[in-house]
Amino acid sequence: MLSTKQKIGWTVVSVLVLVYALFPVLSILMTSFKSPADLNAGTFLPSKFVTENYEQIFVGDAKELFLPALRNSIGISLIATFIAVVLATLCAYAIARLDFPGKKLVLTTALMVSMFPVISIVTPLFNLWRQVGLYDTWLGLIIPYLSLTLPISIWTLAAFFQQIPWDLERAAQVDGATTWQAFRKVIVPLTLPGVFTTAIIAFFIAWNDFVYGIGLTSTSAARPVPAALAFFTGASQFEDPAGAISAAAIIVTIPVVLLVLAFQRQIVSGLTQGAVKG
Amino acid sequence: MAAITMEHLVKKYDDGFPAVNDISIDIADGEFLILVGPSGCGKSTLLRMVVGLEDITSGDLLINGERVNERQPRDRNLSMVFQNYALYPHLSVYENIAFPLRLAKGQFSEDEIDRKVREASATLDLDEHLERKPANLSGGQRQRVAMGRAIVRDADAFLFDEPLSNLDAKLRGQMRTEIAQLQRRMGITSLYVTHDQTEAMTLGDRVAVLKRGQLQQIASPRELYEQPVNLFVAGFIGAPSMNFIPARVDGAVFQTPIGDIEIPERVRERMGGAPEIVLLGLRPEHFEDAKFVDEAKAGHGTVFEAEFTHTEWLGNQQYGYIHYQQDETVQHKLNELAQELDADEMPAQVIVSLDASSRIRGGSTSKIWLDSRRMHVFNPETGENLTRDAEAGAELTREANEERKSEIERARQRDGARTSERRSGQTTRTGTADRDRAGAVGHDRAGTADGAGGSSSVR
Repeated sequence: MLSTKQKIGWTVVSVLVLVYALFPVLSILMTSFKSPADLNAGTFLPSKFVTENYEQIFVGDAKELFLPALRNSIGISLIATFIAVVLATLCAYAIARLDFPGKKLVLTTALMVSMFPVISIVTPLFNLWRQVGLYDTWLGLIIPYLSLTLPISIWTLAAFFQQIPWDLERAAQVDGATTWQAFRKVIVPLTLPGVFTTAIIAFFIAWNDFVYGIGLTSTSAARPVPAALAFFTGASQFEDPAGAISAAAIIVTIPVVLLVLAFQRQIVSGLTQGAVKG
Repeated sequence: MAAITMEHLVKKYDDGFPAVNDISIDIADGEFLILVGPSGCGKSTLLRMVVGLEDITSGDLLINGERVNERQPRDRNLSMVFQNYALYPHLSVYENIAFPLRLAKGQFSEDEIDRKVREASATLDLDEHLERKPANLSGGQRQRVAMGRAIVRDADAFLFDEPLSNLDAKLRGQMRTEIAQLQRRMGITSLYVTHDQTEAMTLGDRVAVLKRGQLQQIASPRELYEQPVNLFVAGFIGAPSMNFIPARVDGAVFQTPIGDIEIPERVRERMGGAPEIVLLGLRPEHFEDAKFVDEAKAGHGTVFEAEFTHTEWLGNQQYGYIHYQQDETVQHKLNELAQELDADEMPAQVIVSLDASSRIRGGSTSKIWLDSRRMHVFNPETGENLTRDAEAGAELTREANEERKSEIERARQRDGARTSERRSGQTTRTGTADRDRAGAVGHDRAGTADGAGGSSSVR
């Protein structure tokens, strides 16, 4: 048990970290409610709360820029996540369960790929994509996103699979299951929390990407939100678009928060408890 | 119902290490066979080869006369209880037990599955836990769920892989009784792996002792105890284990560090070709405080004086410890044996069993009596038991076999009688159900529950 002193210490540290992390978010939230005239006033709170910026991105001038981008972001991220999780599940299962030559190689390659700086690939990819016709398409973004999401998915899932007692599978086989049935009826239900966690991480990575998003798209056909934000302009040339950008930033944060809240329960660890001796 | 035959089974790993080396065992239909040995002797590997989780390098495995080497585990129709139970944590107890039935698609209707699961759960006193998840069960209950999953299916044989090693001592004794009675009642062929010799001795119709992948001896527990083939089996079976004392043959006596022992007639006949120094195998109960020996018995043994280092009084019996100077020529052999038996080294001491009321205490020098008729003499080089009477041993196993048959017969009759009794509306299991509910509160409470009550649940 923690002593009172330790509790106080932890509380102070937690509060500091929370303030540090959430202060910018709060600042953006406040900015999103400011009127254009208010932007340079230098105050933290808007002098008057207005929804003008939100109107602008949903029904106003910026609608053409923001709504397709939101659709692109959601679609591309979901597809990239889905493919990454399915592939990574199969791959991680093999890595955790089977002894095959090149197992180490798969893992180190995955690690190396995830360490490779994105910015150095984006220019050659830009040329290649233009030649093969993938430039400014959904697929043209999904493929590079897989290179970001797959490695981390493989690593987290492999660790998760390794925790599951192998005897469960053997028991299922003795009970009359084929390898596939043992996988589907015993292993998959047990790995669901791990799969959800992995899916959320993969989704965030795809959702948050900026470099590929701005480098490999040119129109609203495939441009994701983080890239689209850079193209926001004010109502006139002389107007600061910070209000609209802030509003858009708040909007794109919402799915992330919702995802975490929705799957919080699934990420409970300890589902395997009780499988083996306690 | 099945007979399992292993013919020259070999399991070699990739590095060429033979985990199981040329083992041939015949398991008769309905027999309870125990595989026992120190850790790393290949007993679990052998079990996994039978169930199909390990490939067989060479040799034949026959179930009911059919070769099944290449069959998948699911096609062998065997059921297995794992050491860690391997319950499916996401399924309720009911679904855990129903799992094998649901996999056999189309074979059972929903009603049949329900009937079979409830039958199994009634047998194992799991009725009030059917909707719970394995995580919320105590160790003993989990163990029973694993058993339920095994018996719900009409499997040809049961395989047990150290099923009781994760339970505390009290619960282990209780479950041991339950398994023994369940097996007798169902009369199903069983293969049981353990390193616990109490389980081996009490459960098995026959016990196979393994050492480094090789079969040492397969016989009834009584034959193993009274007529072991070699030093290893003699040292492994029995607790406290057999004392091994070096002895020099000098005319009609064995000269030993604890005193001279007269060579009995039976032993002398078999000493032809024995080396100069032999190892005497003396079980603790071959000794007695000389004051407590009947006149009639005293003549059959030797009395000598010994200094006790300490004694242990256990209520119903008493053990005395005597230290002696080890003979260097056999020290090496004894240490080797100790390592094979999972110990570090063989202490130069003799453990003797004394009457519980004996007043012998540590530090005192007292007269003890040895029943020399029952001694074993081993060749220290080969480990062979020179005094083994193979015929007498075979007779013991034959007797055990007869007893088993009549026991199964009686168990079935009694079971038949009880079924009709239950139909007449008498509930005989209320008591055990209460005990079980208490057990559900926690593992510890289950452990303190009345051990005798547990055995009544399957009787």
